[in-house]
Amino acid sequence: MVQYVTTRLDTSFAALSDATRRGVLEQLGRADASITDLAETFHMTLTGMKKHVGVLEQAGLVTTKKIGRVRTCQLGPRRLEEETVWLERYRQRWDERFDELDKVVQELTRKEKSDGRKNRK
Amino acid sequence: MDARIESKPGPVKDRTTVERKSDREVVVTRTINGPARIVFEAFTKAELLERWWVPKSMGMKLRSCEVDARVGGKYRLEFDVGGPEPAAFFGTYVEVKPYSRLAWTNDEGGEGRSVTTVTFEEKGGKTLVVLRESYPSKEALDTAGTGAADAMVETFDQLDELLVALGESSRQ
Repeated sequence: MVQYVTTRLDTSFAALSDATRRGVLEQLGRADASITDLAETFHMTLTGMKKHVGVLEQAGLVTTKKIGRVRTCQLGPRRLEEETVWLERYRQRWDERFDELDKVVQELTRKEKSDGRKNRK
Repeated sequence: MDARIESKPGPVKDRTTVERKSDREVVVTRTINGPARIVFEAFTKAELLERWWVPKSMGMKLRSCEVDARVGGKYRLEFDVGGPEPAAFFGTYVEVKPYSRLAWTNDEGGEGRSVTTVTFEEKGGKTLVVLRESYPSKEALDTAGTGAADAMVETFDQLDELLVALGESSRQ
């Protein structure tokens, strides 16, 4: 789980290490856009923009769909990843709590057993 | 897939699993080494609850803990969080079946209040604890985050402890 989260985060960070790609995300945060629109906005060739979008898509930060001859980009299902991190954090909190509970319960169980033995004597 | 390093030596401890059952529900399971009766008591007696509910790593100090584990009874936990005002967690018990089932509301969330249901199932001297947190909506669950732990997770105290624990586990 932790490894999985780390790998996913690595991909995200790599995708976010480029200024153009961060710009594209900002742009898509405002509105969906076609690759042609994005290439124009960022003064790039269509091929160059396709590469950037590809990296973002691989990281799950962007999804694209083709309608007719236009490929439209929108922000991707990165929420899934946030959810995984959220869930692992949640698990850790309960894990720590239950570790403590386990100690208390074991101590009481031992105490009861030894008290029981004493009472029988 | 779980690459977690166990920081404690000794026997392998039981695993805590977490599953998001739906948009509004999270389920936590864990087997505790002791009979259901004692585990249930550890949940319902203030003097026991305060010994485990706030692990040190949460970085908060329990100021007070009141528990009246009867249907309709209230609980209230107050924590020192650095400021003059304590952080309070409170609610009402809605189900209390000794040694098998317990449910309470978490009212500090206001509109987004959740209900926690816990079942205790004893098998061979151990107890399977299944804890379910249900929120009124997906939004409420998302904004609840990990609750009190969230507020403190970034404190340097905790970071220190984590580093110490990591250092210990890497030496083993």
